[in-house]
Order: sequence, then structure tokens, then C-alpha cells
Amino acid sequence: MNFSEVFKQSNQLCKVSPDGKYLATCVQYRLVVRDVSTLQILQLYTCLDQISHMDWSSDSLFILCAMYKRGLVQVWSLEQPDWHCKIDEGSIGLVSSRWSPDGRHILNTTEFHLRVTVWSLCTKAVSYIKYPKACQKGIDFSRDGCYMALAERRDCKDYVSVFVCDDWHLLRHFETETQDLAGLEWSPNGCVLAVWDSCLEYKVLLYSLDGRLLSTYSAYEWSLGVKSVTWSPSSQFLAIGSYDEKVRILNHITWKKIAQFEHIATINNTKAVNEICPPPVQVPVVKPDPDRANPKIGVSTLAFSSDSRYLATKNDNMASVVWVWDMQKMSLLAVLEQTSAVRCFQWDPRRPRLALCTGNTKLYLWSPAGCVSVQVPTEGGFQVQSLNWHCCGETLILLGKDQLCLCYMDTDQEDK
Amino acid sequence: MPESSLVKDICSSSIECRPSPLRQSSQSSLPLHRNYMLSTFCTEKNVQECLSHISQEVSSLGLPPVWMESGGSSEMNVVAVLNCIYDLIQLHRRGLRTLENMEVEQLKSSSNLDYLQLTSTQLKEQLELSKRENTGLLERERQLQLKVKSLQNCLKNEKEEVQKLQNIIASRASQYNHEMKRKEREFNKLRERLNQLLVDKKEKKQAIDVLNNIGRADGKRSLWKTEKTEAKHEGEMYKTLLSDYDIRQRELLLENAELKKVLQQMKKDMVSILSSKKPTLKDDQHQDDDIQADLEEEVFDSSKESVELYCVHAREKLTNSIRLQWRRLKSHVERLDNQGSLHVIGRSKNTDAVSRETHEEEMDRLKLEIQQCKDFIQTQHQLLQQQLSSPYDEEKASLLSDCYMLQEKERFRDEWKTLEEQRKIFERERRNFTEAAIRLSHERKAFEDDRATWLKHQFLNLSPFADSNKPQMSKSKSAFLISSAPEKLIKRPSDTTSPTPRCVPLTSPSTAELYPTLCLVPENRYSV
Repeated sequence: MNFSEVFKQSNQLCKVSPDGKYLATCVQYRLVVRDVSTLQILQLYTCLDQISHMDWSSDSLFILCAMYKRGLVQVWSLEQPDWHCKIDEGSIGLVSSRWSPDGRHILNTTEFHLRVTVWSLCTKAVSYIKYPKACQKGIDFSRDGCYMALAERRDCKDYVSVFVCDDWHLLRHFETETQDLAGLEWSPNGCVLAVWDSCLEYKVLLYSLDGRLLSTYSAYEWSLGVKSVTWSPSSQFLAIGSYDEKVRILNHITWKKIAQFEHIATINNTKAVNEICPPPVQVPVVKPDPDRANPKIGVSTLAFSSDSRYLATKNDNMASVVWVWDMQKMSLLAVLEQTSAVRCFQWDPRRPRLALCTGNTKLYLWSPAGCVSVQVPTEGGFQVQSLNWHCCGETLILLGKDQLCLCYMDTDQEDK
Repeated sequence: MPESSLVKDICSSSIECRPSPLRQSSQSSLPLHRNYMLSTFCTEKNVQECLSHISQEVSSLGLPPVWMESGGSSEMNVVAVLNCIYDLIQLHRRGLRTLENMEVEQLKSSSNLDYLQLTSTQLKEQLELSKRENTGLLERERQLQLKVKSLQNCLKNEKEEVQKLQNIIASRASQYNHEMKRKEREFNKLRERLNQLLVDKKEKKQAIDVLNNIGRADGKRSLWKTEKTEAKHEGEMYKTLLSDYDIRQRELLLENAELKKVLQQMKKDMVSILSSKKPTLKDDQHQDDDIQADLEEEVFDSSKESVELYCVHAREKLTNSIRLQWRRLKSHVERLDNQGSLHVIGRSKNTDAVSRETHEEEMDRLKLEIQQCKDFIQTQHQLLQQQLSSPYDEEKASLLSDCYMLQEKERFRDEWKTLEEQRKIFERERRNFTEAAIRLSHERKAFEDDRATWLKHQFLNLSPFADSNKPQMSKSKSAFLISSAPEKLIKRPSDTTSPTPRCVPLTSPSTAELYPTLCLVPENRYSV
């Protein structure tokens, strides 16, 4: 395992291009594009203000840099460094900016979520979408890039609009049976849209691509509900993490619950634990403050491995523990207990290998074969706050507070 | 004195008799006195004794004596006697009175006794009743206590519920408050912004500034939004959905087919197990028929497997038959279990016989199999021995040696012959070929010579510097040209103006050298 030298970055803005060749990082108001393997600087762009958000286009040819305070979006071309594009939202302000799947349109959400402006880089044309909803996840593009689902709110009712990304034609517009829609997500095969309600009501609705309601799922009433939702890459399972510290798995054929994973404080079965301990193992639990909103309890993070074989979860009141569940046996496979709260974990996009970090100078890797903890070798201590896998699965990008470092894996993993 | 003894006896008897009159007198009054035995006590003969006896008796009673012995006369003091009698009567009366009193007392006491007995039985009954009541009350108390406990549990649960609901309410309230605050903050921001916009004269408009338009990612031109495109989008959407459903349906079909296969297999296994146990079970007459029917059904089923099993009816039939077989198998296993346990206990000879029977049958079958195998091995061994130990017959041996390879050897010989013939033919052809090549080369040489001379003539005719040297050179040239001509001319077909002389020895080319040139001939046609 090799580590690169440490580079500067700001705002945790560091992304690898979709084709895996380039690494773009933001340092204050500069955009630096490097080659991933040599880490040489290929391009350097200067924006007009501190960059709040940066993203690659899907064809890895363009990068957008959004400056929310100024209401500006600047787009840079990798092929032609002289090419420039500036989108000024004017007085209406800017809250979020993203690419469309074809890499030729930019969707800007204005301040107060007044509308979504669709700017075309091909024709300089503008389209507007009214009444977008300000929620956890109001826009989602299907994986094949054909459709966009947008959550809307009009007259105190929630709606979902499905647009065809080709020409922004409104394909479907339907009301959802939610009290307060919190998020929506396409299934990886693009045929089902999962829509969930805010945490005040446990409700997950499944809509078909043509707007028909396929199924409704509600595990219980009154207590705080859904905290996180994720699809398995094969579209077979929908994992729902809730405030009652449980994960419920729905299957794509009947949309009924087929498994329920509980995060209990005392683990009795013989399992692989990070430090191999004899059962029963006591997991440290932190009781959240009951008077605060959005309490730190419940399953907040869910991630399926790329082969849909494993599910990694984190329960917020046992924040130093990552639970790995086997989806074939529908049971707990491993409990990874760390010394402090886990900040970020992500599966390798190619194989069932989980990388996690806790904010200290170590990087932890887990796979069914075993686990490894690696110290990031930098002077001055590099505190790993978040990490991202490179799309080929051989490189990890580690982000600190204002630093970044790349970790190149060997094909064979070392044992502890 | 015999009279005194007689008197004494009479007295004793009279004394003895006394209670009886008392008893009698207790029941009836005075008149019974008349039945008193007056005659037997005193007679004319024993007056004196009687007198003395009576006086003794009287005195013993505490009354003044009736008769004094010192008188000596047989005459009694009548007064004393009357007094005595009076006293006696008084005594008697007193006695009677006391008797009456006593009787009354006795009556009273007996009635008291009865009464007490009655009350005691009553009280006992009451006690019984109250005891029963007590136990009943205790029982009720116990039940009530249980109820109290359960109610307390309920109460605890309800309290917990209430607490939980209160917690939920609290968390919801805090969530609502949080949302409210957030919305209020946003509202305030909106108000501020609105104010700012109203105040601000210069409104910054939205604008995009692009150096040059870039092409679409897929290189195609964008289309106008028309009904056709809209319909196309709808179509594509439905296509996506349909293909997804298709894939899913296919997967489900495969899964179903697999499961059905497994079920069929299970059914076959179960039927085979059950049918093999057939003869040993007692009450399986109907089972035989059923199993027969099943087997027939199976045969029937397998013939139209793929199509039939997709219809609901066949599916139900399959699952029902599986269930039936499974039930039978279960009952059979249970029966075997029972038999086994009974065999262990050794209770019923009948069932013993059955199990032993099956056991023995199995054993016999296995023994038979073993015997068959042994015989088979024996025969094989014998044959092998025969083979090895047979007398070494030369003729036979020679014939038999390699007898297995005879056919192949013949074949090989024939092939060898044909190959040999072919080889000879090839040799002949090659010889002919070489002769032809040599001839050809000679002819070519001649041809080249002619050509060279012709060209020379041409050249000499053309060129103004026709020298006399040329013919000489040309000779040597031609000599060079002869040998190198083919190659040169082949290499430079169009260059005829400046043939350069080369010194190449003129040797007769070998077959090997000719081959390439000959090969070159048909390929490289040089145009002159």
C-alpha cells in the first residue's frame, strides 16, 4: 500500500473524473486538475470566488464550479483550457448546482427553492421548473441518465415530476401520498422510484416509472420513522434505516419486508469482531438527548457492496461501530468496533472491501477475509475525515480537514 | 339357729326385693304396697325374730326402737310401732318425694342433655359451614390477589406505554419546533431578501456567458419538442418498464422451473421409499393402490411435463401429491419409530415379528446379492486362470500373438503400400519436372539470347554513339545479361535504356535454384 504526498484542498472538494483519469481538487478559489497516477498538475483554473461546490460532467470533459455566495457557476473545459462559461443567477441567488446526466445542462436551484433553472451549454437556452421541494433529497437522476425525478410541493401537497433528460419534457406528474416528502431515489435499473416521508411518519412509497403506485410500506406509527434509504446495486433489495435502530429490507417482487436487522447492544453470536473477542460483546451505546430534534439515534448510513452481497450500516447511538450484514444469509456477519466515532465508510466499487475512517490518522479496511488498519504516513498527522474510492477500486482518496492524500492499494492485501 | 339364718335369708331376700318395690313405686303410687310380699316375711312362728329384725332395721334407719328386748314380752309397743310405721311412712314419703325430685331432675338433665346435644350438632354444622365459607373466602381472596397482580402488571405496562407515547410526543414536538424555527428563519430571510429587492434599484439579471456553444455529448442534433417526440418518450419509457418486467418474469420462470424439478424429485424419492416398504407393512392395502395410482400418474405426468406444469391445475396436483406423500412418509416414519421403541421394550411379539421380518428380508436380499457378486467374481477368476494357465501352443501362440493387432497391422501394410506407390510416382514426376525445368531454362536462355541480340540491334540503330566497342561489350554484357537477365529484367521491367553489366559466372543452375526462378516466372510477368 503506497501513500502519495499530501496536497491542499478546501471544503472537502476533491473528485475523480468519471473515466478515472483525472483528479480535480479545489483550493480556495482555484481548481486544480491532476493526473490520477502521476499526480502532476495538468490544468489550473481560477474562479471568481471561493468554490462552494465542484463536479465533473459525465463525459469527464467539463467541470462545474459553483460559488453560492456570489450566485455564480463557472464551467471549465479540460480539452480547451481557454474555453470558459459563466452562469450568473443574479439576484435570485443560488443554493445548489449540478450537472445533468448528459453533461451539457446545468441545473441550478435558486435561493429559497423558488425554482430550478436548467441552463443548456449547447444552445444557451433556459428552462424553469417551478415549486421544487426543499428537502433532504429532492432531485434524483436515473442511473442510465434518461430520467429525472423532482419532488415538488404545491398547495401543501407533495408531487413528483418525472422529466426526460433528453429534452426536459415532463413525462409524468403525480401526487404522492406523503405528509412531507423527504427524499426520492431511483432504483439502479431505473424502473422504480422510492419515495419516503419525513421522520415524523414512517412511510416508504414505491412508484413505477410510469407513475403508478406499486406499494406502500410503513413499519410502525407515531415514533420517529425513516432515517436513511438505499437500493442494492442489483435493484433486488431496498434497505430502510430508521430511528428505532433497525434496518428493514424489502424485496423487489412483493415489496414486503423479508428481513429486519437489529442493532442490539449486546452481541451473543460468535462473529468476527475487529478485535476478536469472546461473546457476549458489549457495544458502547450513547443515549441521545431526548429534547433535541433529529436525535443522534437510529440507522443513518447504509451502504451495499457492489455485488449486493453485503450491507454495511451505522447506528447513530453506537457511532463507533460499523455493522456488516450478509445478504445471502440475512444475518450479522461482522461488527467493526473502533476507538472513536466512525466518520465515513465506503465500499470498494469492484470487490467486497470496506474502507472506513474515524477522524484519526489511520485508515481501516475490512473484507470477509480479514481486516487491516493502516497508519497514514504523513508528518504532522493527517486526520482522515472522509474517503472516496477511485472507480477502478485500486486507489483511495483520503480527505482531511484541508488536506488530501491518495492511497494506492496493492493487488494483494497485507494481513495485520 | 336355723330360723335366724332363714330369717336372714328372708331378710336378704326381702332386702333384695326392696329395690324392686321402690322401682315399682316410682312408677306408680301407694296402692302397690298391697303387692308387697307381706306373707313371706313374717309368719306366726318367727314373730320374735321378725320383731327383732324389724327393730334392728328401724334403729338402723335412725328411728326410735320399736321393741325393746328387755321387756320379754311378745307384745309390741303399739304406739312405738305406729310411730315407727308413721316414721317409716314419712320416710317413705320423703323418699318418694326425693325420688320424684330426682326423677324430675333427671328428666330435666336428660332434656338438657338432649338440648345440648342438639345445640352441639347444630354448632358443629355451623362450624362446618363457616369453615367452608372460610375456605371459599380464602380462595376468593387468592383469586383477587392474582387479579390485583395482573392489574398491577397491566398498570405498569400502561404506564410504560404512556411514558413511551409521551416520549414520542416529546420527540415529535421537538421535531415540529425545530421545523417551525427553520421555516421561520427561512421566512425571515425571504422577507429580508424581498425588502432588499424592493429597495435595490439595480436588479441583476440572470445571464449565461459562454465562449462558444459546445456540441451535444452524443453528437446528435437536438430535436424540437413535438407530439412525436413526446410519444417517442412515452414509448421508450414503456419499453424500459416492459424489458424490466420481462427480465424479472424470466428469472421467476427459471426459479419456478428449478423448484418444480426439486419437488418432482422429492416426490419420486418419497414414492420410491414408500413403495419399497410396501410388503412389510400391514395395513397398506389402500396404500398399494394409491402408490400404484401415483406411479401411473407420475408416468403420465412426466410425458407432458413442460406444458402441463404451467397450468394452475397441474401445479395444485403436484403440490397436493407432494403433501400427501409427505404425510404418508411422516406416518410411516412415526410407525417405524413406534415399532422400534416397541421392539426395544419387547412388548408385542406381533410387531416384533414385523420388524424382524423386514430386517431378515433385507438381510436375505443382501446375502443373495453378496452371493451373486461372489459367483461373478469366481467365474471371472476362473476364466482368467484358464487364460493364463492354458498350454503354450506354438502355432496357436503365433497365430494368437498380436491377434488383437492383426486387423490394424493389415491396414497399416496396405497404407504403406499405397504410400510407397505414391512416393514412386512423386519421384518420377519430380524427375520429369527437373528435366522439364532444365529444358525450359535452356529454351529460355536461347530466347534471352535472341531477345538480347534484338534489343542490341534496336539500341545500336537508335543511339547516335554507336561504337564498335559495343558489340564486344554487348557480348560480355550479353553474357552477363544471360545469367542475370531474368533477375534484372524481372526487377526492372520498365527500365530498358541502361542495362548495367554485371559479372556473374555462367553456371548451369541447379534444380533448387531453378525452382525459385520458375516460381517467379508465372508470378512476375514482365512486360516488354
